[in-house]
Amino acid sequence: MTFPIMTTIVLAPIIGALIIMFIPEKEDQIIKITAAAATFVSLVLAIFAFLNYDTKVGGLQFLQDIPWVEAFGITYSVGVDGISLPLVLLTAIVIFTGVFASWDMHNRVKEFFITLLVLVAGVFGVFVSRDLFFFYLFFEVAVIPMYLLIAIWGSTRKEYSAMKLTLYLLVGSAFALIGIIAMFLYAAQPEHLGIRTFDIAQLSLVNYDIAFQKFIFFLFMVGFGFLVPMWPLHTWSPDGHVAAPTATSMLHAGVLMKLGGYGLIRAGIFIFPEGAKFWAPLIAVLCIVNVVYGAMVAMRQKDLKFVIGYSSVSHMGYVLLGIASLNTLSINGAVAQMFAHGIMTALFFSLVGNIYHKAHTRTISEFGGLAHQMPRVAAGFVIAGLASLGLPGLNNFVAEFLIFVGSFSVDKVLFGWLHFRVLSILAILGVVITAVYVLRVVQFTFFGPRNPKWDHLEDAKGIELVPVVILIATLLLFGLFPQPLIGMINTGVVPLVEKINAAAQVGGIF
Amino acid sequence: MFWIDNAWLIPIFPAIAFVLIIFVTKKVKMLSALTALAAMATSMMFSIGILFTILGSHGEINMNAPIEYSVPWLTIPGVHITAGVLIDPLTAVMLCVVTIVAFLVQLYSVGYMADDPGFSRFFAYLSLFTFSMLGLVVANNYFQMFFFWELVGLCSYLLIGFYFYKNSAADANKKAFVTNRVADFGFMIGIFFLWLVFGTFNFQELAHAIEGYGNVGFLTLVAVLVFIGPVGKSAQFPLHVWLPDAMEGPTPVSALIHAATMVAAGVYLLARGFVLFNAAPSALLLIAYIGGFTSIFAASIAIVQDDIKRILAFSTLSQLGYMVMAMGVGSITAGMFHLTTHAFFKALLFLGAGSAIHAVHSNSIFDMGGLYKNMKTTTWTFVIGSLALAGIFPLAGFWSKDEILLVTKEGGFTGLYIIGTIVAFLTAFYMFRLIFTAFFGEKRSDHHAHESPWTMTVPLMVLAVFAIFIGFVGAPFVEHGFASLIYFGEPHHATPDYFLMISSTLIALAGIVLAWYMYGKKAVDTEALKQRFLPIWTLLYNKYYIDEVYQWFFDKIVLNIGNAFNWTDRKVVDGIADGFSDLIRATGARLRFVQTGSMQTYALVLFAAVVLIVLWMAVPVLGGM
Repeated sequence: MTFPIMTTIVLAPIIGALIIMFIPEKEDQIIKITAAAATFVSLVLAIFAFLNYDTKVGGLQFLQDIPWVEAFGITYSVGVDGISLPLVLLTAIVIFTGVFASWDMHNRVKEFFITLLVLVAGVFGVFVSRDLFFFYLFFEVAVIPMYLLIAIWGSTRKEYSAMKLTLYLLVGSAFALIGIIAMFLYAAQPEHLGIRTFDIAQLSLVNYDIAFQKFIFFLFMVGFGFLVPMWPLHTWSPDGHVAAPTATSMLHAGVLMKLGGYGLIRAGIFIFPEGAKFWAPLIAVLCIVNVVYGAMVAMRQKDLKFVIGYSSVSHMGYVLLGIASLNTLSINGAVAQMFAHGIMTALFFSLVGNIYHKAHTRTISEFGGLAHQMPRVAAGFVIAGLASLGLPGLNNFVAEFLIFVGSFSVDKVLFGWLHFRVLSILAILGVVITAVYVLRVVQFTFFGPRNPKWDHLEDAKGIELVPVVILIATLLLFGLFPQPLIGMINTGVVPLVEKINAAAQVGGIF
Repeated sequence: MFWIDNAWLIPIFPAIAFVLIIFVTKKVKMLSALTALAAMATSMMFSIGILFTILGSHGEINMNAPIEYSVPWLTIPGVHITAGVLIDPLTAVMLCVVTIVAFLVQLYSVGYMADDPGFSRFFAYLSLFTFSMLGLVVANNYFQMFFFWELVGLCSYLLIGFYFYKNSAADANKKAFVTNRVADFGFMIGIFFLWLVFGTFNFQELAHAIEGYGNVGFLTLVAVLVFIGPVGKSAQFPLHVWLPDAMEGPTPVSALIHAATMVAAGVYLLARGFVLFNAAPSALLLIAYIGGFTSIFAASIAIVQDDIKRILAFSTLSQLGYMVMAMGVGSITAGMFHLTTHAFFKALLFLGAGSAIHAVHSNSIFDMGGLYKNMKTTTWTFVIGSLALAGIFPLAGFWSKDEILLVTKEGGFTGLYIIGTIVAFLTAFYMFRLIFTAFFGEKRSDHHAHESPWTMTVPLMVLAVFAIFIGFVGAPFVEHGFASLIYFGEPHHATPDYFLMISSTLIALAGIVLAWYMYGKKAVDTEALKQRFLPIWTLLYNKYYIDEVYQWFFDKIVLNIGNAFNWTDRKVVDGIADGFSDLIRATGARLRFVQTGSMQTYALVLFAAVVLIVLWMAVPVLGGM
């Protein structure tokens, strides 16, 4: 039997959490080290898997199956392909750096790290599950700790935001659950599969009739749309970002939102290509609202975290555009964008956390000239900002470029008058607006004359720099040498696009 | 062939210098400067090596038969992107211009920036810039071009904002970046269209594909879109607004990036992708007129400015307009020739201006005056640069400017020819207005001007030599000169047009004489003149209020759209969601009273329900309604 690498990635944080339970509350240094060690194990294994994934073979690798409730065909089955493995790596990087970004945590340290580790185990679980039951289960495992993390350790309207986030996510998952159960029952009918199974690969073999596809994809679109978040289901996300403590914001924006895009690709497009084709125009239009509207709203925010929160809404719009364009390049770009955005936004939040922890405010107008006191933070923030506005040399550019090229090559007219290319041009316009708000924030926060009020702020140093350095290095690595990442994603995207192309054209909505 | 085979190293050297300065030598100032200079010198040596290899190949390596090699950068089904090197005379000339000017500017900066606490940071940024610029120059495809195009934009941003503690600098670098972003938006869409139709980004492959492509309308659209990129980068009207503000950066940066090299990248792109523009005649015409308009528009502003760097900045706009105009009338020879000569004399002028500012601690020419007494080298090199810019025989600008005027005249663009001639007059006038005011006459403020250290004066002298002699490479009587190296299609050897030469020289001299008459001899009361034409003067001084229009558009339109969306998000989108949750909560609160636990209430409700149901069922039976 081979080493169960994916299971270990999921279990390592849980084991870490269990160990922390037995560490006395006052030994917070040991607790932090344990958390770092546990997530380090996941990180090393994720990197190992990334390096050892055979892109020539492609498909699902690092498999493991343990039947669980055989009567319902529920199997604990894990494995990753070119789409999920980068997201596993993303999660591992973000949580590892997130632990270091929480090094200054002093309030209920023990409970904080236990909750955080359980949360991340859930996220890992979603990405490695090949069984929809476990997919859903792990998702719920991730949502509840999120509530606790925000409600207990958060700031700015934390109860409201925590409740809002949890309700939105649960409503979203309820939609998805209905879809999953309906699909399960449909497939179990004797004229289809005739067996009860939650296995994604098997479920994807069924010939669902068009009406059913349209219905289920709609449920998934709404359900996962809450997560992504797709306009107008997005308002939980900026509030949640703002209220959450640093590491949680990092995980939330960095990884949790990607569960939506991932679910939409894995459970949505892969199983219901016709349904996807039918609803894609609607997603395409809404995602442009995400991009442009999100960026415009970001421009008017007064709180650093709100800016980043709305910028995430805007950037996740690109992921949706990539998905809605339904071709190889665009979906490659969508997955790459999930990865790149995750790293970039984690970097943003770790830096803002650093400032907030020392200055006890995030209101942009109170700052100015912070580059005098915090040159390293300023440099990191500028780099994150440049990634955000899609500067070549950083990972996000590659992703956005693929999405733009992919969507640009869609030769379709929506609703009888709206050429798809108009949407991609609007999306590209989003990059210009992004430049405006990012540079404004950079200017108003970091540039300008020295403000003696902030002279007591210390620049990031020592352990605080760990997340900054790792995240920037990742952005640069895949920005300068994108082939390893994109090549891997492509192995997962090609079979998906083959399915889309084989599917009948259903004309599209409206 | 050694030099050409290793041409890919040319951008790499400054990249290494950048990394070394950031991570190793940052604390030791002189080591940082030495690292940057050593890298630059090596790149310069390679570039000159390439130029001589091409000259020695007796035409084997020419514009139609370049040497190209590449490595894959990103390959997935549907898109194949390479990182490559394309070597032809155009690349070689541009490489030499960039590396030589960059080397001299860096040397100059050792003196100019000596007391700056950000010394190492400055050299790191300059190295990053040269890396990006050289990467752009050697690019063999539009993708790579765009990649480095954005990176030079970043370096420009970083260097304009070098004094980030000045609010004006922080405003200026944001303006520069955003304006260029707007331009790159068009450029990017243009590239996407090219890729969509031809399936490649590669210059050579595109050139072949475009030649056999018939849809001129499409090519025109693409050419115009791609041209928007140069409109931003080379600061052509109406996206010129960022360049004058970019003078907030340290003066060596203005010389290198915002005069000699980066802003010329747009012109270089026009030359590199000329096949596309040539295939779209109406796009080419647009380019010619945009260039011509920019040249006269900017020159008219320059005659009333009083900030020495701003005068030079508007002069740069105007000269870039010349180059773009030359491209537009179909002569990449003339455009690139002027780019080359301009790079040297404009860098010289900026560095000279820096030397003067360094001494006087003011940017205003009216605070200077009489600098020649204590700053001999600066003054005389500045005069040489100005004569070259004004196009006085036999200095560099004379040859290249005449060639541009010649191609407009020969091409039958009489309007552009007249504009070009007027610009030549204005150029001579504003440059010598500056010289007579700042360098001669009496001292106007309490400055203690002194000559700059050798690291600053030596680059001035070297550039002055270039400003005098570089024009001969393209002079009409020189065989195997510039025209036989850089051309589109077939080399076009200009025959000397003596009427044009003499007339343009006389016009330039007239500008100088007028400037002397007004500002040297002071025979005219300039203040009275200003009062008399005050509306015009105000309009020019305020740059035709274009910045204000843009600012108004951003403040009143863009930000208010942001406000409207923000309000919508909070009140409408979120309001509906919150309203929904309030509704559920309120319903719950009401429903709570239903479960009173009182038997009588339950019985009453039950009875009422039964009655209602019976009635409802009875309706059809009773035949009512």
